[in-house]
Amino acid sequence: MTFEQQIRWIYKPLLFVACLLPLGRMVAGAFGFAGVSLGANPIDEIQDTFGKWTLNFLLITLCVTPLRQLTGVNALLRLRRMLGLFAFTYAALHFSNYLFLDQSLDLSAIVEDIAKRPYITIGFTGFLLLIPLAVTSTNRMMRKLGRRWQKLHRLVYVVAILGVWHFYWQVKADVREPLLYAAGLTLLLGYRIWRQRRRSTAVPRVAPAQPSQSLPG
Amino acid sequence: MYLNRRQILAAGLATGATFALPAVAASPAGAQLKFTRNNILSVRESPNSYEDITTYNNYYEFGSGKPDPAANAHSLRTRPWSVTVAGEAEITGKFTLEDILKPHALEERVYRLRCVEAWSMVIPWVGFPLRDLIRRFKPTSKAKYVAFKTLFDPKQMPGQRYAALDWPYVEGLRMDEAMHPLTLMVVGLYGHILPNQNGAPLRLVMPWKYGFKGIKSIVEIRFTERQPPTAWNLAAPNEYGFYANVNPEVDHPRWSQARERRIGSALFDARQPTLMFNGYAAEVASLYRGMDLRKYY
Repeated sequence: MTFEQQIRWIYKPLLFVACLLPLGRMVAGAFGFAGVSLGANPIDEIQDTFGKWTLNFLLITLCVTPLRQLTGVNALLRLRRMLGLFAFTYAALHFSNYLFLDQSLDLSAIVEDIAKRPYITIGFTGFLLLIPLAVTSTNRMMRKLGRRWQKLHRLVYVVAILGVWHFYWQVKADVREPLLYAAGLTLLLGYRIWRQRRRSTAVPRVAPAQPSQSLPG
Repeated sequence: MYLNRRQILAAGLATGATFALPAVAASPAGAQLKFTRNNILSVRESPNSYEDITTYNNYYEFGSGKPDPAANAHSLRTRPWSVTVAGEAEITGKFTLEDILKPHALEERVYRLRCVEAWSMVIPWVGFPLRDLIRRFKPTSKAKYVAFKTLFDPKQMPGQRYAALDWPYVEGLRMDEAMHPLTLMVVGLYGHILPNQNGAPLRLVMPWKYGFKGIKSIVEIRFTERQPPTAWNLAAPNEYGFYANVNPEVDHPRWSQARERRIGSALFDARQPTLMFNGYAAEVASLYRGMDLRKYY
Protein backbone atom coordinates (compact mmCIF):
# COMPACT_ATOMS: atom_id res chain seq x y z
CA MET A 1 0.00 0.00 0.00
CA THR A 2 1.22 3.48 -0.79
CA PHE A 3 1.21 6.09 1.90
CA GLU A 4 -1.73 7.77 0.14
CA GLN A 5 -3.66 4.52 0.26
CA GLN A 6 -2.78 4.02 3.91
CA ILE A 7 -4.12 7.43 4.73
CA ARG A 8 -7.33 6.75 2.84
CA TRP A 9 -8.10 3.25 4.05
CA ILE A 10 -6.47 2.99 7.46
CA TYR A 11 -5.60 6.30 9.08
CA LYS A 12 -8.64 8.26 8.06
CA PRO A 13 -11.18 5.67 9.30
CA LEU A 14 -9.25 5.32 12.55
CA LEU A 15 -9.19 9.07 12.95
CA PHE A 16 -12.93 9.17 12.26
CA VAL A 17 -13.56 6.81 15.15
CA ALA A 18 -11.24 8.79 17.40
CA CYS A 19 -13.11 12.00 16.57
CA LEU A 20 -16.32 10.37 17.78
CA LEU A 21 -14.88 9.57 21.19
CA PRO A 22 -15.81 12.85 22.94
CA LEU A 23 -19.40 12.41 21.76
CA GLY A 24 -19.33 8.76 22.80
CA ARG A 25 -18.12 9.73 26.24
CA MET A 26 -20.97 12.19 26.73
CA VAL A 27 -23.55 9.64 25.62
CA ALA A 28 -22.03 7.04 27.96
CA GLY A 29 -22.07 9.54 30.81
CA ALA A 30 -25.67 10.53 30.16
CA PHE A 31 -26.71 6.90 30.61
CA GLY A 32 -24.14 5.99 33.22
CA PHE A 33 -22.43 3.44 30.97
CA ALA A 34 -18.90 2.23 31.55
CA GLY A 35 -18.61 4.10 34.83
CA VAL A 36 -18.52 7.48 33.10
CA SER A 37 -19.97 10.24 35.23
CA LEU A 38 -20.86 13.72 34.05
CA GLY A 39 -20.79 15.12 37.58
CA ALA A 40 -23.41 17.09 39.46
CA ASN A 41 -24.34 19.28 36.51
CA PRO A 42 -24.37 17.01 33.42
CA ILE A 43 -25.87 19.57 31.07
CA ASP A 44 -23.07 22.02 31.82
CA GLU A 45 -20.48 19.28 31.45
CA ILE A 46 -21.89 18.33 28.04
CA GLN A 47 -22.01 21.97 26.96
CA ASP A 48 -18.38 22.53 27.99
CA THR A 49 -17.16 19.34 26.34
CA PHE A 50 -18.89 19.97 23.02
CA GLY A 51 -17.77 23.61 23.05
CA LYS A 52 -14.12 22.79 23.70
CA TRP A 53 -14.08 20.09 21.06
CA THR A 54 -15.53 22.53 18.54
CA LEU A 55 -12.57 24.78 19.23
CA ASN A 56 -10.17 21.83 19.25
CA PHE A 57 -11.34 20.66 15.85
CA LEU A 58 -11.24 24.18 14.45
CA LEU A 59 -7.62 24.55 15.55
CA ILE A 60 -6.68 21.05 14.40
CA THR A 61 -8.22 21.79 11.00
CA LEU A 62 -6.19 24.98 10.81
CA CYS A 63 -3.05 22.94 11.52
CA VAL A 64 -3.44 20.80 8.40
CA THR A 65 -2.25 23.31 5.82
CA PRO A 66 0.82 24.47 7.79
CA LEU A 67 1.75 20.84 8.46
CA ARG A 68 1.34 20.02 4.81
CA GLN A 69 3.48 22.98 3.78
CA LEU A 70 6.18 22.26 6.32
CA THR A 71 6.39 18.49 5.82
CA GLY A 72 5.43 18.24 2.17
CA VAL A 73 2.99 15.44 2.95
CA ASN A 74 0.16 16.45 0.65
CA ALA A 75 -1.95 13.49 1.65
CA LEU A 76 -2.75 15.30 4.90
CA LEU A 77 -5.17 17.39 2.89
CA ARG A 78 -7.44 14.35 2.66
CA LEU A 79 -8.09 14.68 6.37
CA ARG A 80 -8.94 18.34 6.44
CA ARG A 81 -12.52 18.09 5.29
CA MET A 82 -13.33 15.40 7.81
CA LEU A 83 -11.78 17.39 10.64
CA GLY A 84 -13.63 20.54 9.57
CA LEU A 85 -16.93 18.69 9.46
CA PHE A 86 -16.29 17.40 12.96
CA ALA A 87 -15.82 20.98 14.10
CA PHE A 88 -19.22 21.72 12.60
CA THR A 89 -20.70 18.60 14.19
CA TYR A 90 -19.51 19.49 17.66
CA ALA A 91 -20.67 23.08 17.19
CA ALA A 92 -24.10 21.76 16.23
CA LEU A 93 -24.12 19.45 19.23
CA HIS A 94 -23.04 22.33 21.52
CA PHE A 95 -25.85 24.51 20.15
CA SER A 96 -28.39 21.66 20.31
CA ASN A 97 -27.51 20.91 23.92
CA TYR A 98 -28.15 24.56 24.67
CA LEU A 99 -31.47 24.58 22.80
CA PHE A 100 -32.91 21.29 24.01
CA LEU A 101 -31.36 20.36 27.35
CA ASP A 102 -30.34 23.70 28.79
CA GLN A 103 -33.17 25.92 27.59
CA SER A 104 -35.81 23.20 27.01
CA LEU A 105 -36.74 24.91 23.74
CA ASP A 106 -37.96 28.01 25.59
CA LEU A 107 -37.91 30.11 22.43
CA SER A 108 -38.44 33.51 24.04
CA ALA A 109 -35.59 32.89 26.48
CA ILE A 110 -33.38 31.68 23.64
CA VAL A 111 -34.08 34.66 21.41
CA GLU A 112 -33.47 36.99 24.35
CA ASP A 113 -30.16 35.25 25.09
CA ILE A 114 -28.95 35.48 21.50
CA ALA A 115 -29.98 39.12 21.24
CA LYS A 116 -28.93 40.40 24.67
CA ARG A 117 -25.87 38.38 25.72
CA PRO A 118 -22.91 39.40 23.56
CA TYR A 119 -20.98 36.19 24.07
CA ILE A 120 -23.97 34.17 22.86
CA THR A 121 -24.48 36.53 19.92
CA ILE A 122 -20.97 35.90 18.66
CA GLY A 123 -21.16 32.18 19.42
CA PHE A 124 -24.36 31.92 17.43
CA THR A 125 -22.86 33.96 14.59
CA GLY A 126 -19.86 31.64 14.48
CA PHE A 127 -22.18 28.66 14.24
CA LEU A 128 -24.22 30.27 11.47
CA LEU A 129 -21.05 30.95 9.47
CA LEU A 130 -20.07 27.30 9.77
CA ILE A 131 -23.25 26.20 8.00
CA PRO A 132 -22.31 27.38 4.47
CA LEU A 133 -18.88 25.84 5.01
CA ALA A 134 -20.41 22.48 5.92
CA VAL A 135 -22.91 22.63 3.07
CA THR A 136 -20.19 23.40 0.48
CA SER A 137 -17.81 20.75 1.74
CA THR A 138 -18.74 18.15 -0.87
CA ASN A 139 -16.69 17.37 -3.98
CA ARG A 140 -19.56 18.51 -6.17
CA MET A 141 -19.70 21.86 -4.43
CA MET A 142 -15.97 22.29 -4.73
CA ARG A 143 -16.18 21.75 -8.49
CA LYS A 144 -19.22 23.97 -8.80
CA LEU A 145 -17.73 26.91 -6.91
CA GLY A 146 -14.25 26.68 -8.35
CA ARG A 147 -12.10 29.53 -7.20
CA ARG A 148 -14.90 31.01 -5.12
CA TRP A 149 -14.77 27.94 -2.87
CA GLN A 150 -11.34 28.92 -1.61
CA LYS A 151 -12.54 32.44 -0.86
CA LEU A 152 -15.68 31.24 0.94
CA HIS A 153 -13.76 28.83 3.12
CA ARG A 154 -11.52 31.57 4.41
CA LEU A 155 -14.53 32.21 6.65
CA VAL A 156 -13.12 29.52 8.91
CA TYR A 157 -10.64 32.12 10.19
CA VAL A 158 -13.53 34.34 11.26
CA VAL A 159 -15.33 31.36 12.83
CA ALA A 160 -12.25 30.39 14.83
CA ILE A 161 -11.80 33.95 16.13
CA LEU A 162 -15.47 34.19 17.09
CA GLY A 163 -15.27 30.79 18.80
CA VAL A 164 -12.31 31.69 20.99
CA TRP A 165 -13.85 35.07 21.78
CA HIS A 166 -17.12 33.36 22.73
CA PHE A 167 -15.20 31.16 25.16
CA TYR A 168 -13.25 34.10 26.60
CA TRP A 169 -16.40 36.13 27.23
CA GLN A 170 -18.19 33.18 28.82
CA VAL A 171 -15.60 32.55 31.54
CA LYS A 172 -16.21 34.21 34.92
CA ALA A 173 -12.70 34.98 36.11
CA ASP A 174 -10.12 32.35 35.17
CA VAL A 175 -9.23 33.34 31.61
CA ARG A 176 -6.20 31.08 31.28
CA GLU A 177 -7.84 28.40 29.14
CA PRO A 178 -9.41 30.81 26.63
CA LEU A 179 -6.06 32.63 26.44
CA LEU A 180 -4.35 29.35 25.64
CA TYR A 181 -6.73 28.82 22.72
CA ALA A 182 -6.15 32.43 21.66
CA ALA A 183 -2.41 31.82 21.68
CA GLY A 184 -2.80 28.69 19.54
CA LEU A 185 -5.06 30.51 17.12
CA THR A 186 -2.67 33.47 16.91
CA LEU A 187 0.11 31.06 15.97
CA LEU A 188 -1.94 29.37 13.27
CA LEU A 189 -3.24 32.60 11.75
CA GLY A 190 0.11 34.32 12.20
CA TYR A 191 1.76 31.55 10.20
CA ARG A 192 -0.57 32.23 7.30
CA ILE A 193 0.04 35.96 7.44
CA TRP A 194 3.78 35.40 7.48
CA ARG A 195 3.58 33.01 4.55
CA GLN A 196 1.41 35.42 2.60
CA ARG A 197 3.95 38.20 3.18
CA ARG A 198 6.81 35.98 2.04
CA ARG A 199 4.97 35.07 -1.12
CA SER A 200 4.10 38.65 -2.03
CA THR A 201 7.65 39.94 -1.50
CA ALA A 202 9.29 36.92 -3.10
CA VAL A 203 11.56 37.56 -6.06
CA PRO A 204 9.78 36.30 -9.18
CA ARG A 205 11.57 33.48 -10.94
CA VAL A 206 13.29 34.61 -14.16
CA ALA A 207 13.95 32.57 -17.30
CA PRO A 208 17.58 31.62 -17.86
CA ALA A 209 19.50 34.59 -19.28
CA GLN A 210 19.84 34.77 -23.11
CA PRO A 211 23.38 34.58 -24.35
CA SER A 212 23.55 38.22 -25.56
CA GLN A 213 27.16 39.15 -25.18
CA SER A 214 29.95 37.97 -27.35
CA LEU A 215 32.75 36.84 -25.20
CA PRO A 216 35.89 38.75 -25.59
CA GLY A 217 38.04 36.76 -27.84
CA MET B 1 -28.65 9.21 77.44
CA TYR B 2 -27.92 12.89 77.61
CA LEU B 3 -24.43 13.61 76.29
CA ASN B 4 -22.65 16.75 77.32
CA ARG B 5 -22.94 18.94 74.27
CA ARG B 6 -19.66 20.67 74.93
CA GLN B 7 -17.79 17.39 75.17
CA ILE B 8 -19.24 16.07 71.94
CA LEU B 9 -18.53 19.32 70.15
CA ALA B 10 -14.99 19.45 71.47
CA ALA B 11 -14.40 15.86 70.45
CA GLY B 12 -15.87 16.56 67.05
CA LEU B 13 -13.74 19.62 66.58
CA ALA B 14 -10.57 17.91 67.74
CA THR B 15 -10.98 14.87 65.53
CA GLY B 16 -11.83 17.10 62.58
CA ALA B 17 -8.13 17.78 62.30
CA THR B 18 -7.13 14.15 61.91
CA PHE B 19 -9.67 13.35 59.26
CA ALA B 20 -8.38 13.39 55.69
CA LEU B 21 -11.68 13.42 53.87
CA PRO B 22 -11.64 11.45 50.62
CA ALA B 23 -12.02 13.47 47.45
CA VAL B 24 -15.39 11.95 46.61
CA ALA B 25 -17.48 10.59 49.44
CA ALA B 26 -20.97 9.31 49.00
CA SER B 27 -21.69 10.01 52.63
CA PRO B 28 -20.13 12.22 55.31
CA ALA B 29 -16.78 11.06 56.63
CA GLY B 30 -15.94 13.85 59.09
CA ALA B 31 -16.74 13.72 62.77
CA GLN B 32 -20.37 13.81 63.79
CA LEU B 33 -21.77 16.95 65.37
CA LYS B 34 -24.43 17.39 68.04
CA PHE B 35 -27.21 19.69 66.93
CA THR B 36 -30.93 20.27 66.96
CA ARG B 37 -32.99 20.55 63.82
CA ASN B 38 -34.50 23.99 63.18
CA ASN B 39 -37.61 23.12 61.24
CA ILE B 40 -39.04 26.62 61.21
CA LEU B 41 -36.11 28.06 59.27
CA SER B 42 -35.66 24.98 57.04
CA VAL B 43 -37.21 24.48 53.63
CA ARG B 44 -39.37 21.42 52.96
CA GLU B 45 -37.55 20.43 49.77
CA SER B 46 -35.30 17.38 49.94
CA PRO B 47 -31.61 18.22 50.14
CA ASN B 48 -29.11 17.42 47.41
CA SER B 49 -26.91 14.40 47.81
CA TYR B 50 -23.78 14.71 49.92
CA GLU B 51 -21.80 13.75 46.83
CA ASP B 52 -23.22 16.59 44.74
CA ILE B 53 -22.76 19.15 47.52
CA THR B 54 -19.15 18.15 48.10
CA THR B 55 -17.99 17.64 44.50
CA TYR B 56 -19.54 20.62 42.72
CA ASN B 57 -17.96 23.68 44.28
CA ASN B 58 -16.82 27.18 43.42
CA TYR B 59 -13.80 27.66 45.64
CA TYR B 60 -11.18 29.21 43.37
CA GLU B 61 -8.54 29.02 46.09
CA PHE B 62 -8.33 25.36 45.06
CA GLY B 63 -8.81 25.76 41.31
CA SER B 64 -11.54 27.20 39.13
CA GLY B 65 -13.09 23.95 37.92
CA LYS B 66 -16.08 22.58 39.80
CA PRO B 67 -14.36 19.29 40.74
CA ASP B 68 -11.10 21.07 41.71
CA PRO B 69 -11.89 21.90 45.36
CA ALA B 70 -12.85 18.30 46.13
CA ALA B 71 -9.62 17.11 44.52
CA ASN B 72 -7.30 19.74 45.97
CA ALA B 73 -8.67 21.00 49.28
CA HIS B 74 -7.01 18.23 51.27
CA SER B 75 -3.97 20.50 51.66
CA LEU B 76 -5.92 22.91 53.87
CA ARG B 77 -5.07 22.58 57.57
CA THR B 78 -8.22 23.40 59.47
CA ARG B 79 -6.72 22.79 62.95
CA PRO B 80 -5.34 24.76 64.64
CA TRP B 81 -7.46 27.65 63.41
CA SER B 82 -7.89 31.15 64.75
CA VAL B 83 -10.27 33.97 63.96
CA THR B 84 -9.34 37.61 64.49
CA VAL B 85 -12.16 39.91 65.59
CA ALA B 86 -11.30 43.54 64.91
CA GLY B 87 -12.67 47.00 64.25
CA GLU B 88 -15.48 48.95 65.87
CA ALA B 89 -16.27 46.67 68.81
CA GLU B 90 -15.66 46.62 72.56
CA ILE B 91 -14.13 43.14 72.49
CA THR B 92 -11.51 42.40 69.84
CA GLY B 93 -8.56 40.07 69.55
CA LYS B 94 -7.36 36.79 68.10
CA PHE B 95 -9.41 33.80 69.19
CA THR B 96 -9.00 30.08 68.71
CA LEU B 97 -11.74 28.37 66.75
CA GLU B 98 -12.75 26.53 69.91
CA ASP B 99 -13.28 29.84 71.76
CA ILE B 100 -15.30 31.17 68.85
CA LEU B 101 -17.57 28.13 68.72
CA LYS B 102 -17.80 27.10 72.39
CA PRO B 103 -20.86 29.08 73.59
CA HIS B 104 -23.04 28.31 70.57
CA ALA B 105 -25.63 25.58 70.30
CA LEU B 106 -25.60 24.08 66.84
CA GLU B 107 -28.68 23.87 64.65
CA GLU B 108 -29.31 22.07 61.42
CA ARG B 109 -31.02 24.23 58.82
CA VAL B 110 -31.94 23.09 55.35
CA TYR B 111 -31.39 26.13 53.13
CA ARG B 112 -31.66 26.78 49.43
CA LEU B 113 -28.40 27.93 47.84
CA ARG B 114 -28.50 29.88 44.60
CA CYS B 115 -25.25 30.44 42.75
CA VAL B 116 -24.89 33.54 40.59
CA GLU B 117 -24.13 31.15 37.70
CA ALA B 118 -27.84 30.20 37.75
CA TRP B 119 -27.70 26.78 39.37
CA SER B 120 -29.03 25.91 42.81
CA MET B 121 -29.03 23.27 45.51
CA VAL B 122 -30.74 22.50 48.78
CA ILE B 123 -28.21 22.01 51.57
CA PRO B 124 -28.53 20.82 55.20
CA TRP B 125 -26.07 23.11 56.95
CA VAL B 126 -25.11 22.85 60.62
CA GLY B 127 -24.24 26.10 62.34
CA PHE B 128 -25.40 28.94 64.56
CA PRO B 129 -26.76 32.45 63.92
CA LEU B 130 -24.07 35.05 63.17
CA ARG B 131 -26.14 37.42 65.30
CA ASP B 132 -25.26 35.46 68.44
CA LEU B 133 -21.55 35.64 67.61
CA ILE B 134 -21.70 39.37 66.88
CA ARG B 135 -23.42 40.12 70.19
CA ARG B 136 -20.53 38.55 72.11
CA PHE B 137 -18.08 41.14 70.79
CA LYS B 138 -20.32 44.17 71.45
CA PRO B 139 -19.95 46.22 68.27
CA THR B 140 -20.17 49.98 68.87
CA SER B 141 -22.56 52.39 67.19
CA LYS B 142 -19.88 53.07 64.58
CA ALA B 143 -20.16 49.49 63.33
CA LYS B 144 -22.41 49.78 60.30
CA TYR B 145 -20.97 46.78 58.43
CA VAL B 146 -19.37 43.45 59.15
CA ALA B 147 -16.41 42.49 56.94
CA PHE B 148 -14.93 39.01 56.54
CA LYS B 149 -11.66 37.66 55.24
CA THR B 150 -10.57 34.19 54.08
CA LEU B 151 -7.20 32.61 54.77
CA PHE B 152 -4.39 33.66 52.46
CA ASP B 153 -1.77 30.91 52.14
CA PRO B 154 -0.83 29.79 48.64
CA LYS B 155 1.04 26.84 50.11
CA GLN B 156 -2.21 25.44 51.47
CA MET B 157 -4.45 26.95 48.80
CA PRO B 158 -2.72 26.32 45.44
CA GLY B 159 -5.33 28.28 43.51
CA GLN B 160 -4.09 31.44 45.19
CA ARG B 161 -0.88 31.21 43.18
CA TYR B 162 -2.89 32.56 40.25
CA ALA B 163 -4.71 35.86 40.69
CA ALA B 164 -8.09 34.80 39.32
CA LEU B 165 -9.38 37.01 42.14
CA ASP B 166 -7.58 39.45 44.42
CA TRP B 167 -6.56 37.22 47.33
CA PRO B 168 -7.50 36.92 50.12
CA TYR B 169 -11.23 36.59 49.41
CA VAL B 170 -13.17 39.29 51.24
CA GLU B 171 -16.86 39.77 51.83
CA GLY B 172 -19.12 42.01 53.84
CA LEU B 173 -22.65 42.58 55.04
CA ARG B 174 -24.67 45.51 56.25
CA MET B 175 -25.14 45.20 60.01
CA ASP B 176 -28.87 44.48 59.74
CA GLU B 177 -28.15 41.70 57.22
CA ALA B 178 -25.49 40.27 59.54
CA MET B 179 -27.92 40.37 62.47
CA HIS B 180 -30.73 38.72 60.53
CA PRO B 181 -31.87 35.39 62.03
CA LEU B 182 -31.27 33.58 58.73
CA THR B 183 -27.58 34.52 58.54
CA LEU B 184 -25.67 31.44 59.58
CA MET B 185 -22.11 30.76 60.66
CA VAL B 186 -21.65 27.21 59.38
CA VAL B 187 -19.39 24.45 60.74
CA GLY B 188 -21.08 21.32 59.44
CA LEU B 189 -22.93 19.59 56.63
CA TYR B 190 -25.31 16.65 56.86
CA GLY B 191 -24.69 16.49 60.60
CA HIS B 192 -20.93 16.10 60.24
CA ILE B 193 -17.97 18.43 60.21
CA LEU B 194 -17.84 20.59 57.10
CA PRO B 195 -15.51 19.20 54.41
CA ASN B 196 -12.63 21.43 53.31
CA GLN B 197 -14.06 22.03 49.84
CA ASN B 198 -17.22 23.52 51.37
CA GLY B 199 -15.35 26.15 53.38
CA ALA B 200 -14.08 24.43 56.52
CA PRO B 201 -13.75 25.09 59.33
CA LEU B 202 -16.05 28.13 59.41
CA ARG B 203 -18.04 29.75 56.66
CA LEU B 204 -20.92 32.17 56.17
CA VAL B 205 -24.27 31.29 54.60
CA MET B 206 -26.99 33.76 53.59
CA PRO B 207 -29.61 31.85 51.65
CA TRP B 208 -31.27 34.91 50.10
CA LYS B 209 -28.10 36.09 48.43
CA TYR B 210 -26.01 34.64 45.62
CA GLY B 211 -23.64 31.97 46.89
CA PHE B 212 -20.47 34.02 46.44
CA LYS B 213 -21.52 36.10 49.49
CA GLY B 214 -21.00 32.93 51.56
CA ILE B 215 -17.34 33.48 52.33
CA LYS B 216 -15.41 30.34 53.29
CA SER B 217 -12.62 29.44 55.70
CA ILE B 218 -12.99 32.67 57.65
CA VAL B 219 -9.95 34.04 59.51
CA GLU B 220 -11.10 37.57 60.24
CA ILE B 221 -14.31 39.33 61.23
CA ARG B 222 -14.10 43.11 61.31
CA PHE B 223 -16.74 45.68 62.26
CA THR B 224 -16.47 48.68 59.98
CA GLU B 225 -18.01 52.08 59.52
CA ARG B 226 -17.73 52.09 55.73
CA GLN B 227 -19.00 49.51 53.25
CA PRO B 228 -16.18 46.95 52.88
CA PRO B 229 -14.79 45.71 49.57
CA THR B 230 -16.01 42.33 48.33
CA ALA B 231 -13.96 39.96 46.15
CA TRP B 232 -16.29 39.52 43.17
CA ASN B 233 -17.23 43.18 43.10
CA LEU B 234 -13.53 44.02 42.88
CA ALA B 235 -13.11 41.54 40.04
CA ALA B 236 -16.07 42.75 37.96
CA PRO B 237 -17.97 45.68 39.48
CA ASN B 238 -20.58 45.81 36.73
CA GLU B 239 -21.43 42.13 37.23
CA TYR B 240 -21.31 41.48 40.98
CA GLY B 241 -22.66 43.93 43.51
CA PHE B 242 -22.31 44.32 47.25
CA TYR B 243 -25.85 43.21 48.01
CA ALA B 244 -26.07 40.31 45.53
CA ASN B 245 -29.65 39.56 46.51
CA VAL B 246 -31.15 36.79 44.41
CA ASN B 247 -33.42 38.60 41.95
CA PRO B 248 -34.92 37.04 38.81
CA GLU B 249 -35.71 40.51 37.46
CA VAL B 250 -32.13 41.75 37.42
CA ASP B 251 -30.02 39.89 34.90
CA HIS B 252 -26.31 39.36 35.15
CA PRO B 253 -24.86 41.34 32.22
CA ARG B 254 -23.89 38.09 30.52
CA TRP B 255 -26.77 35.78 31.38
CA SER B 256 -30.36 35.75 32.57
CA GLN B 257 -31.17 35.26 36.25
CA ALA B 258 -34.79 34.39 35.61
CA ARG B 259 -34.38 30.62 35.67
CA GLU B 260 -32.00 28.26 37.45
CA ARG B 261 -30.71 24.72 36.97
CA ARG B 262 -31.55 22.69 40.09
CA ILE B 263 -28.61 20.34 40.63
CA GLY B 264 -29.82 16.77 40.88
CA SER B 265 -32.68 17.26 38.45
CA ALA B 266 -32.95 14.84 35.53
CA LEU B 267 -31.30 15.48 32.17
CA PHE B 268 -34.53 16.45 30.46
CA ASP B 269 -35.95 18.53 33.31
CA ALA B 270 -36.38 22.19 32.51
CA ARG B 271 -34.79 24.96 34.51
CA GLN B 272 -37.01 26.20 37.30
CA PRO B 273 -38.03 29.82 37.85
CA THR B 274 -35.79 31.74 40.22
CA LEU B 275 -37.61 33.17 43.22
CA MET B 276 -37.18 36.68 44.54
CA PHE B 277 -34.65 36.56 47.39
CA ASN B 278 -34.31 32.85 46.60
CA GLY B 279 -37.73 32.21 48.15
CA TYR B 280 -36.92 34.02 51.39
CA ALA B 281 -38.77 37.25 50.52
CA ALA B 282 -41.12 36.94 53.49
CA GLU B 283 -38.15 36.88 55.85
CA VAL B 284 -35.84 39.48 54.27
CA ALA B 285 -37.72 41.81 51.92
CA SER B 286 -38.22 44.32 54.74
CA LEU B 287 -34.45 44.89 54.90
CA TYR B 288 -34.56 46.38 51.41
CA ARG B 289 -37.83 48.28 51.42
CA GLY B 290 -37.53 51.37 49.28
CA MET B 291 -34.16 50.32 47.86
CA ASP B 292 -33.73 50.21 44.10
CA LEU B 293 -32.69 46.58 43.67
CA ARG B 294 -31.63 47.15 40.07
CA LYS B 295 -29.23 49.90 41.12
CA TYR B 296 -28.04 48.09 44.23
CA TYR B 297 -27.54 44.67 42.73
